[in-house]
Amino acid sequence: MGFRVFLLICVVLAAGVFGMARFIGNDYAFFAGYVVLQFIVMAQAWNILGGYTGYVNFGSAAFFALGAYTAVFFHKFHPLPIPLLMGLGGVVSGLAGLGMGYLALRLRGAFFAIATLALAVVLQTLVVNWNYVGGSRGAYVIRPESAWLIGNYVHYLFLLMLALAVLAIVTARTIERSRLGYGFAAIRDDELAAEAAGVPTLRLKLIATTLSGAFMGMAGAPFPYYIGYVQPTAAFGLDYAVNAIAMPMIGGTGTWIGPLVGAILVASLQQWATVTISSELSLLVVGFLLVGFVIVAPGGIVGLVGRYLPASRGGRKSKRADAP
Amino acid sequence: MSGMSGPLLEVADLGKRFGGFVALDGIDLSVRRGERLGLIGPNGSGKSTLVNCICGTLANESGTVRFDGKLIDRLKTHERTRAGIARSFQLPRPFASLTVAENLLVPLLYTVNARGGTNLSVAERDARCTDLLQLVGLANKAGHHPRDLTQVEMRKLELARAMATEPQLLIADESMAGLSQVEVAEIVALLIRLNERGVTIILIEHIMRAVMQFSQRLVVLVSGAKIADGAPDEVIRDPQVERAYIGQ
Repeated sequence: MGFRVFLLICVVLAAGVFGMARFIGNDYAFFAGYVVLQFIVMAQAWNILGGYTGYVNFGSAAFFALGAYTAVFFHKFHPLPIPLLMGLGGVVSGLAGLGMGYLALRLRGAFFAIATLALAVVLQTLVVNWNYVGGSRGAYVIRPESAWLIGNYVHYLFLLMLALAVLAIVTARTIERSRLGYGFAAIRDDELAAEAAGVPTLRLKLIATTLSGAFMGMAGAPFPYYIGYVQPTAAFGLDYAVNAIAMPMIGGTGTWIGPLVGAILVASLQQWATVTISSELSLLVVGFLLVGFVIVAPGGIVGLVGRYLPASRGGRKSKRADAP
Repeated sequence: MSGMSGPLLEVADLGKRFGGFVALDGIDLSVRRGERLGLIGPNGSGKSTLVNCICGTLANESGTVRFDGKLIDRLKTHERTRAGIARSFQLPRPFASLTVAENLLVPLLYTVNARGGTNLSVAERDARCTDLLQLVGLANKAGHHPRDLTQVEMRKLELARAMATEPQLLIADESMAGLSQVEVAEIVALLIRLNERGVTIILIEHIMRAVMQFSQRLVVLVSGAKIADGAPDEVIRDPQVERAYIGQ
């Protein structure tokens, strides 16, 4: 399936989802749906670095929070439309990703993961001590009552996150089938061999950290408007870091469809657990699922399906044959 | 000196230490275009370190490496690959998640396409992949993953992937270790075929029958120093080489 056809299908599906949600008319569906979409973006973003190149990022929350605090900063300094804030959040977090790449990409495995975790701690400390954006006490962001054309502002935020999710999915799929995707796969499989095959590994890893960080930042930018009050412990919360890893792992890393499936499944389950049991327990659900999948199906749901559908095994060659 | 007149590879006074251990001690080595050079030496003699310094995996501490007349000491590994130096690894290192054909596609995309003025179309890339797979005898395995390959097929994949970079110089690092006699003969024949395509080859190997059959010239390293360099028949009769291999 070509890029244009895939994009068209995504846009039509997204329009269908939005139309359906409007038809149902339940505001909670928009609130919960926004979280699911946000995690689809986070999972795709994590997968670009973790799934495609094999570099595990434990600091996803830092990139998400950077996007959120970029929005808080501009909300106080000079209010801007949210799509623009998402772009700015993407730029700030993308640059942070690039910086992290320069500092940490000579490390591998657990050392790289620890470095990303350290980045999150450093950034959280900076935000806690930055009074302009609320410091440790947090910042209130009063969202407008309604948005132009859409009406309800939460519906508008939902629509923006839906568009971002489509962008993240289309980007991930395009990468997977491109020259870049082959380079990422070579790095993941064997970095020394990749370099010997002519792959500029450092440059590609920097592209991955920048792209991954940028999408996380874009996902974080509308967060203050969604939640109304943002504080460091919420924006840098453990659930963002854990979910960003767990969702691709449960869905299956290395392909765009795995994080999508994982995010829809886990985020929906969490939303259900939050309203029926407790919000604290929802993270426990993810923990159990993650442990279960790592032991029973390390390839995630997509890997599990692939094991029982032989046709999908040979699919890779034809899928990637159009690499530009 | 550059261009077609000089040697393809010129290593001068190359030195490398690991802490107090001298891995390479002032190595001089010159390789002519189209030559088949055998590089031998006991374990720990510095063969792999020399290869790593030539390919850029390790940085040399002293001396120079010139390729095609140009100093390449400061180039990164992928830049040296693009310049025309390819290598196969002692232990096969395939891209496990990619198919055999895709393993060749990576160097085609990143080396051949990255060279100035070359941008292969999908059809051209497929044709080159097919040609290489036929050359090494893996045409029927194109859609398979490396995990499905036998040991000798894995070695062939290593060589094919190195050849996909369209190198001027191929360094085959112990491509025959652990193979049966028949398989060794198969790999030697393959290397000679690659050489006939105009590729200069340095073969690092412990299997002396293969080295003697393949090499036009033999270089011997012992304890990081070059102790012999010349025609294979003369080198193996060199008393210093005999001492290094057999002892006093």
